[in-house]
Amino acid sequence: MIVIEDVHKSYGNQHILRACSATVSLGEVVVVCGPSGSGKSTLIKCINGLVPFERGTITVDGVSVSSPKTDLPALRARIGMVFQTFELYPHMTALQNVSLAQIHVLRRSRAEADARSEKILARVGLGDKRDSRPSQLSGGQQQRVSIARALAMDPRAMLFDEPTSALDPEMINEVLEVMQELALEGMTMMVVTHEMGFAQRVADRVLFMDRGQIVEDAPKTQFFTAPASERARQFLTKVLTH
Amino acid sequence: MSDFDWGIIARSAAFLAEGMALSALLVLVATVGGLVLGFGLALMRLSSHRLLSVPASTYVTVMRTLPLVLVLFWFYFLVPLVIGRPVGSLTSALLAFVLFEAAFYCEIVRAGISNVRHGQSDAGLATGLRRAQVLRLIILPQALRAMMPLILNQIVIVFQDTSLVYVVSLHDFLTAASVVASRDGRATEMYALVAVVYLVICLSTTKAAEFYRKGLPS
Repeated sequence: MIVIEDVHKSYGNQHILRACSATVSLGEVVVVCGPSGSGKSTLIKCINGLVPFERGTITVDGVSVSSPKTDLPALRARIGMVFQTFELYPHMTALQNVSLAQIHVLRRSRAEADARSEKILARVGLGDKRDSRPSQLSGGQQQRVSIARALAMDPRAMLFDEPTSALDPEMINEVLEVMQELALEGMTMMVVTHEMGFAQRVADRVLFMDRGQIVEDAPKTQFFTAPASERARQFLTKVLTH
Repeated sequence: MSDFDWGIIARSAAFLAEGMALSALLVLVATVGGLVLGFGLALMRLSSHRLLSVPASTYVTVMRTLPLVLVLFWFYFLVPLVIGRPVGSLTSALLAFVLFEAAFYCEIVRAGISNVRHGQSDAGLATGLRRAQVLRLIILPQALRAMMPLILNQIVIVFQDTSLVYVVSLHDFLTAASVVASRDGRATEMYALVAVVYLVICLSTTKAAEFYRKGLPS
């Protein structure tokens, strides 16, 4: 579904990504973890072309992200993305946030889009917040609206870029629960996160990144019980003992 | 107070109103034209293509370092030379105002757009919206709210600057008042009136800007 092959990315002479290769198959949940600055967020933003890369290829459903012939907006419309800082549109209500791209990208009528948005907001537990502005919602609620905004496009896959890192601890679970439900329903997901509990419960595979490289790509149980690399072992000791 | 003849205001009202109409026209055209052109310049300045950003920023820098009086003169004498026939002081003044104010509005629009978090545009693009849609539906509505007080402030400045058109022998409000003042020897009355009118218009616009700023949700 998502195939990443030998991707390189640098700013000036600083290498952010080096020879990254990985695949995410249909219905798979892949968690990407690693220390800060290891290139996790950059890699996930390369997948829908928000960050351009110099070398290598990424294909989504067989369509190349970096090819100049690709209709990038059309490709992005098929991949949902959730950001660390929510990025809801502050001048719109929750409902308008979820309806916007349905109307302007999928060409649904406003009524049709709003009906769909209400359903999805109810599904993430926010049916009563349709008319609230982002500023009136808690961080956890905002992040659930932003998941709803992505789901409203009926995406083929979902990308999560540290979706709980900006949340207060008591709000993390309400977001993780929504994500877990999605995973159980068979959504293809790539999740950058430090939530190792979530990875242990939900992930099929774990990618471990360090200094711009994918150091380890292993099934969940193997990664947590017998990581192959020393760096992953050190990382796990740090993360799991806290 | 017996030395004062406040009736002069009523007697010259029509003449003064003509001056005020010209001031209003200049403010309107300078603001609308300046905003439209300034918006285009701002998009050019924000572009990653140097072919677009360098000319725009050069234009803005040059215009902002020149005094408006000089620009008014320039267009008055230069435009007829370029197009080969006289254009009249009103046309040249309107043109000068629009091109001059565009540089200032460019900076206001640019600041407004740059103020919107970068992630907002990423979020819009990620849902499949095209760049122009992201700009129109997500960035501009937010930028405009931040820009409103600055735009109102600029309108006050433009209104005050309209008095400079006397250099190309146009009669704006202040010029009209000073014509009456010297013709009838009623300088005190006329300049008092001008002061009050400027005060009321500029103060109420500034108040509107403040009111708008306070009304914004944080």
